[in-house]
Amino acid sequence: MSETVRLRIFRGDASGGEEKEYEVQTYPGMVVLDSVRQVQEQQDGSLACRWNCKAAKCGSCSAEINGVPRLMCKTRVEDVCGPTRTIRVHPIKTFPLIKDLVTDVSWNYRIAETIPPLQPPDTGGKPLVMDQADVTRAQEFRKCIECFLCQTVCHVLRDHNRKDAYYGPRYMVKLAALDMHPLDTLRRREFLRNEAGVGYCNITRCCQDVCPEEIRITDNAIIPLKERVADEYYDPVKMLIRRLTGRK
Amino acid sequence: MEPYETIEYDVLVLGAGGAGLRAAISVCEAGLRCGIVCKSLLGKAHTVMAEGGAAAALGNMHEPDDWRVHFRDTILGGAYLNNPRMVEIFTKEAIDRVLELERYGAVFDRTPEGLIAQRPFGGHTYRRLNHVGDRTGLELIRTLQDKAVSLGPTVHMETTITRLLVHDGRIAGAFGYERVSGRFLLFRSRAIVVASGGWGRMYRFTSNSWESTGDGAAMALEAGADLIDMEMMQFHPTGMLWPPSMRGILVTEAVRGEGGILRNARGDRFMFDPVYMPARYQGKFAETEEEAARWLEDKANNRRPPELLPRDEVSRAIYKEVKAGRGTEHGGVYLDVSHRGAAYVRRKLPAMCDQFLHLGGVDITREPMEVYPTVHYTMGGIRVDPETCATAVSGLFAAGECAGGLHGANRLGGNSLTDILVFGKRAGDGASAYAGGAEMAAVPIGAVEDEQRILLGPLDREDGESPATLAGELQEAMQADAMIERTEEGLSRCLARILELKERSKRVRAVGPRTYNPGWHAARDIRFQLLLSEAIVRSALARKESRGAQWRTDYPSMDPEWGKRNVVVRMQNGEMSVTPVPLPEMAPHLKEIMEEAGR
Repeated sequence: MSETVRLRIFRGDASGGEEKEYEVQTYPGMVVLDSVRQVQEQQDGSLACRWNCKAAKCGSCSAEINGVPRLMCKTRVEDVCGPTRTIRVHPIKTFPLIKDLVTDVSWNYRIAETIPPLQPPDTGGKPLVMDQADVTRAQEFRKCIECFLCQTVCHVLRDHNRKDAYYGPRYMVKLAALDMHPLDTLRRREFLRNEAGVGYCNITRCCQDVCPEEIRITDNAIIPLKERVADEYYDPVKMLIRRLTGRK
Repeated sequence: MEPYETIEYDVLVLGAGGAGLRAAISVCEAGLRCGIVCKSLLGKAHTVMAEGGAAAALGNMHEPDDWRVHFRDTILGGAYLNNPRMVEIFTKEAIDRVLELERYGAVFDRTPEGLIAQRPFGGHTYRRLNHVGDRTGLELIRTLQDKAVSLGPTVHMETTITRLLVHDGRIAGAFGYERVSGRFLLFRSRAIVVASGGWGRMYRFTSNSWESTGDGAAMALEAGADLIDMEMMQFHPTGMLWPPSMRGILVTEAVRGEGGILRNARGDRFMFDPVYMPARYQGKFAETEEEAARWLEDKANNRRPPELLPRDEVSRAIYKEVKAGRGTEHGGVYLDVSHRGAAYVRRKLPAMCDQFLHLGGVDITREPMEVYPTVHYTMGGIRVDPETCATAVSGLFAAGECAGGLHGANRLGGNSLTDILVFGKRAGDGASAYAGGAEMAAVPIGAVEDEQRILLGPLDREDGESPATLAGELQEAMQADAMIERTEEGLSRCLARILELKERSKRVRAVGPRTYNPGWHAARDIRFQLLLSEAIVRSALARKESRGAQWRTDYPSMDPEWGKRNVVVRMQNGEMSVTPVPLPEMAPHLKEIMEEAGR
């Protein structure tokens, strides 16, 4: 016996839109992405959504499922449909809507272009030596699949729309990966404080809660970065020296 | 004709997986104007899904590894059908490319000495896969993405190319559309690098994403390039089988590299059955379960378990076990790594733990997985010059999965991540050198008009079939008759279906506006899928022998005569021809390496 689930999918574009209801057949293990693709293939080919790997490795299929930002490929239908067997699927809200479940995330790529890249030391072509213990720290941040779910729940970006002031959790993670890369020789503290706006984060840990890679974004990336900046700019002794010498 | 925007580059790169990004890095470093076009967002290409590692003979594990051993392994794994010069370049330069990647910022797992840690994999004599847990592809693509972005190419994300433009035998540019708006774009370029990946989506069960429709290889074929070894589709032995929503999703070979054991429903460790040991691997693998168990701790004095045979062999063995009635409840076999201990499994295979726990309801640190072969990779592809990756069309280059020749009849796991680095760079260098001395060719306006007609047709029709219907039927046909076991009868039946679908594909319909309309995109994709499916099936019919991934039960043995030939596919006046051509001769210094294998 086959069961069904009702999907209430947002259909529309920047000019407006509304939820539309679709009924799809379910099967064991079905994830929300499967159900959305079933609509695409069997009911309306023009339904727009992004996806690639369907295995939580690429971070393409971010959406707000019953109001919660998640990866559609990693969310099982049975876990979210409830007794009414209904699921609401909406696009992530922090970025401008293009169509249906697809939003314009290009701002993130423009931010990425501004971050000063890794500056490794010159070893004259010899293999680099790094200790696993040092590598493990950076590896946590390099797990990021750029799904931008952290960006979409960040209050600074979502509620206050301060994309002009703060790079968001994704890029704090990237900056932390560079900062804690065993080979990086570049100091980015001024950049962190000014361009990237690390001070805007008020540590609500919402980003950390939605990360599908379970990166401890706030605890392991943002707080240590804040400490770096505080150490550099808000140390009372250093502040005094700066005032006396007139140096920034 | 509808107006379109025209954009100019010195070199245009199609595809932003590892090969495309590495090519773009070379083009930017040469100081040329570089454009990258990709169907998805940047960083989402198929490279991101590679798990196990990148094979390069760094020799960090206290084993006597070097490029020669890697060369021999690759040729043996490819069942002697590889282009020997490509394999030589590949095995030598893989080492430099991995070390270069590390200088770009990749953070591989380390040995106790602080060097890159290497893991065992199928068909590799020594531990050779440089890895980051089981998410090596992500590390690789993100590193290349960051490096490329820092050099400033223009990236056209979510843009699809549907036609390569050729004028007087020279590449002139490419035509396509921006997915978000649906508007047309014309790229003029002195040279083009095709790095568009493979075409697993022609099959029902595959580890590949929607993107793998083979547009790049199909367009290259239509533009006048040759395709080779198209019959050689890789069936990865271990795809997920249950639940149905996960069918086909990859289970990394690293599970077997880390000691994973295959058993049938009766509990037999069937890979030890001598019928599954090919003659060319006789004596190179453990012959008892005890030896295989000792190998986990002492690799110097014990041989590898037979689970680490190349993928074609393991896939066939699983297929035969299930066919003989020894399959599991859902028609697969068991893969078990739980004997390595929960902590070890979680550290070495974190993504697999997560994937099975969340999506399959299986805790792999305690219980076995159910697996079955899944369509994974295309060994065949665009025929290229090993030195520059040039194709038969002047100014057109190809690298990565869409190119053919390196892997022969079967690719070894780990060889694709280094393939894309080595030949991505060579294609970028080759295209840059060409573009430096080439004038921009004139745009063939007739071809642009024709392409616009093809693209707009499905939206103009009042009625017609959905492209999804055709894609579904094609997948069923290919899954039934062009999979692991092939016969003249099945392949002929499949070809007839493809030709019928080709006719129907000219009349498909798409509804809705052009803005981000997947149904409209699929209407064009299906034609590429059908063209390449035809190439696969015609090539499989032509090769009347069994070799590597091609298993013809009506011609069950390797034929030495076929071992000297590649099957080449060409298009002339809209007709596809299939011709066996001589395999390039192996140079004497390489033959010597192969002879050492006998000792």
